[in-house]
Amino acid sequence: MTRTAPRVLGIAGLLAGLVVVMLVSVAVGARPIPLGTVVDQILHPDRTPEGIVVHDLRIPRTLLGVMVGAALGVAGTLMQALTRNPLADPGLLGVNAGAAAAVVLAMVVLGTTAPAAYVWFALLGALAALLLVHALGARGHGVGTPARLALAGMAVSAALAALVAAMILLRPTVFDQFREWELGSLSGRGQGIAATVAPFVGVGLLVAVALGRPLNAIALGEETGRALGAHIGRIRAAGALAVALLCGAATAAAGPIGFIGLVVPHMARVICGPDQRWILAYAVVLAPTLLLGADVIGRVVDRPGEVQVGVVTALLGAPAFIALVRRRRLVRL
Amino acid sequence: MTGRRTIRAGGERLSAPLHVRSALVCAGLVAVALAVGLASIATGDFSLTPDEIVDALLGRGAAGTSFIVWDLRLPRLLVGLLVGGALGAAGAIFQSLTRNPLGSPDIIGFTWGAAAAAVLAIIVTGGGQLATAGGALAGGTLTAAAVYLLALRGGDSGYRLILVGIGISAMLAALTALLIARAQLGSAQAARAWLAGTLDGRGWEYALPLGAALVVLAPLVAALVPRLAVIELGEDAARGLGVDVQRSRLAMLAVAVALTAVATAATGPIAFVALAAPQLARRLTRLSGPNVVAAALMGATLLVSGDLLSQRLFGSGQLPVGVTTGALGAVYLIWLLQRRWR
Repeated sequence: MTRTAPRVLGIAGLLAGLVVVMLVSVAVGARPIPLGTVVDQILHPDRTPEGIVVHDLRIPRTLLGVMVGAALGVAGTLMQALTRNPLADPGLLGVNAGAAAAVVLAMVVLGTTAPAAYVWFALLGALAALLLVHALGARGHGVGTPARLALAGMAVSAALAALVAAMILLRPTVFDQFREWELGSLSGRGQGIAATVAPFVGVGLLVAVALGRPLNAIALGEETGRALGAHIGRIRAAGALAVALLCGAATAAAGPIGFIGLVVPHMARVICGPDQRWILAYAVVLAPTLLLGADVIGRVVDRPGEVQVGVVTALLGAPAFIALVRRRRLVRL
Repeated sequence: MTGRRTIRAGGERLSAPLHVRSALVCAGLVAVALAVGLASIATGDFSLTPDEIVDALLGRGAAGTSFIVWDLRLPRLLVGLLVGGALGAAGAIFQSLTRNPLGSPDIIGFTWGAAAAAVLAIIVTGGGQLATAGGALAGGTLTAAAVYLLALRGGDSGYRLILVGIGISAMLAALTALLIARAQLGSAQAARAWLAGTLDGRGWEYALPLGAALVVLAPLVAALVPRLAVIELGEDAARGLGVDVQRSRLAMLAVAVALTAVATAATGPIAFVALAAPQLARRLTRLSGPNVVAAALMGATLLVSGDLLSQRLFGSGQLPVGVTTGALGAVYLIWLLQRRWR
């Protein structure tokens, strides 16, 4: 109990940070808007040019960033806890590859260019990849050990990457669309994409919250967890569903964005210790902060153009991650 | 220890353990690689009979046949065999060094370093052989050195090497994607094709430098592999047996990086061979330890089979071999994992 107070304080501080980053994200862009005007517009909306930029462009983009960030951060946390593997992330276990392959398939077969139509494909692709990895890694006796799952994920990712490469190399027009999409960006994804994927993210987050306590039991090891009364199979299935919902929705909305899911759980563990419930709570706040911060940086460095947020997260997340790896003794899960 | 024999020559002075199953697997792989090689020389837009091939190889064939065999299909086959072998051996060394089945050059960050530099070269210079290969060599080697130095802290744990490699790879992959998205569609497609890894148009100008580099590297591999097997017993045990663990590791890493570098410079990063070949070889030979020879043969077989398949299924020049090896290797690995774990 004595450790709860600092943790609550910490999360309050991070929340304040998130609000600041959100305001900055509304203010910064090709047409900078003073923070005072931003607050004014949020309290008293009108249709001045500033008002249109704030309400039609910046706020939807910021909210999309919060949602995608939270989804990726929580998905990464769930995967690392479920597989007890510090390397687990939506990329490594093939979930992003599944979503991407499904989106490319939609581009090739249906010729669809409307991002709203990608959502279902991305979700199905993410879920299919996850189920395939799970079926491979968790079959038979001695249910899915971390090494098995990771190896299965690697194999499935490679197969899907080959599929994507084949499709885009054989179809130049799809390649032209895909090379933009594969960067991962919060802009230009079409109106209403946030509303389309929000329900999926919501359900995924709810399942994740419910999994907090069972994940702590799993963290002690499968045998101990089972002895403590945890239904390992059920927890894994629920976790997989949540991960597929979160990653599929995030990838559909913003394209593949790396590193948030890998870095955030490590950062959260460093701050708040090994309790999965707290790690999940910290991830929900930390991940959107990082994603929006990266998006803001991407908008600032290359004015009036912008560097896509997926590139920025990788360029900034990777050194932070390497520093983490070097500074601490490697976290064993 | 069933299935192991010791071969001796000159009394007790020269002896080596021989694993019978492993030797049989290696022989089988050589046979498959030869058969596939023959098939890929014989088939294509112009089919050749075995007699015509033999005549052409002996220099007695018609001019057209000689051209097809000597200038088009043979060097391509050789590049495929050498690149596959180099990738398989490098993968086995990396996986043994990191003691992790995922410890392939793709993950250590090498591949993306080579890719980013080569894509830059393709987009800036238009993609000559020298610029692309030079970029791949320089980028890959620099990246590998950076990863090693960043991971080197209080002893280089294999796990930290992989983690640092993942970080560096992600950065470079993002940069590469950015370069591709900003480039003209034409150079972007050239870059993308190179990224997939291809044997198209690989003549003697590729095969000869590659062969020369591997002739230099092969003895180094042969000399270092026994130490690798000792290090796998554990660092303390290795030290007790008189192996300088840190220095041996660095040497092995350098050799593996060099193997991957020359392979990547020749064809672009061919997916999955370095990851899958050692795993497949290990499961076939059922032998623990580095298994470098079997992995190299497996890599060569995988690559030429993949090339034959992508040429026959999609027509020559349509689908780069890297795409096919990715699919082929992945499906095999999935099948093997599934069978083993049932």
